[in-house]
Amino acid sequence: MNAEFNGIISPENLVYKKPELMNEVPMHYCPGCSHGVVHKLIGEVIEEMEMEEKTVGVSPVGCAVFAYRYLDIDWQEAAHGRAPAVATGIKRLWPDRLVFTYQGDGDLACIGTAETIHALNRGENIVIIFINNAIYGMTGGQMAPTTLLGQKTATCPYGRDAELHGYPIKITEIAAQLEGTCYVTRQSVESVASIRSAKRAIRKAFEASMAGKGSSLVEIVSTCSSGWKLSPVKANEWMKNNMFPFYPKGDLKDKTSE
Amino acid sequence: MGRMKGAIVVDTARCKGCALCVQACPKAVIAMGKRVNVSGYPYVEVICADECIGCASCGIVCPDGCITVYRKRIDD
Repeated sequence: MNAEFNGIISPENLVYKKPELMNEVPMHYCPGCSHGVVHKLIGEVIEEMEMEEKTVGVSPVGCAVFAYRYLDIDWQEAAHGRAPAVATGIKRLWPDRLVFTYQGDGDLACIGTAETIHALNRGENIVIIFINNAIYGMTGGQMAPTTLLGQKTATCPYGRDAELHGYPIKITEIAAQLEGTCYVTRQSVESVASIRSAKRAIRKAFEASMAGKGSSLVEIVSTCSSGWKLSPVKANEWMKNNMFPFYPKGDLKDKTSE
Repeated sequence: MGRMKGAIVVDTARCKGCALCVQACPKAVIAMGKRVNVSGYPYVEVICADECIGCASCGIVCPDGCITVYRKRIDD
């Protein structure tokens, strides 16, 4: 059996490995975190588009603050929530570069709401990757603007109450209403099928930005197993049962073929 | 009529034992091991290599990019 096994493991039989752009350094993310999958997808898409030397990512404040350690492209770290404003400057100075921001819900939907909405509304040719796990992961699981009603966090231990905390915000729906956006979609990465769909969405958004069609927002509904206090497998189940009904997946706007 | 035979290589030093690959594998080829790596995480091990069809589901869902997948047609 070993001889057969060894015959299979050779370069010509390779069907899957992590993208070359992904560094060997272990990621600091918790086990099962969706960030890793999205990092991989971004790396794969950049490689397929052969944009390794012409991509600039803008990383947020949040768990993904160290994204520059994991993907071997150019990165710029932005002040909290200001990634779309920084990306605007980079793209205007370097129109031939692929410029994207990578932001969580605390960065994008809370402190950075103004920058996000105005960058999208101006139709900057950038892509915003929005990781929505409905909680503040890095700081210890506090309530986020996207936390679901009834969801328990460190700062709403009895569950989010609309009267006290207001309602969860649907940034992606807002973005779809803006004239400047060309592609607005909501994806997830909990299964092979959804990961493939998310990859196609990221590719489409990146291509639209290089074609100068306007801004794109790709929301990835994600898990935070540490913040939700669930195992990675159970966190995926919880996401399917609770997040998807409120944050339905699919394209909200697609003007890329016009 | 040949059949597809797969094989995977797990980077056990970087594996964090999230077990998402165990759930994704349609053939129950991998399982959580009892040992831990240098970071203190339990890691997945191949328990049933003969069953692997090289579908790459485990590699695709792995958040840390720890799994490399190979596939070859074996003629009977």
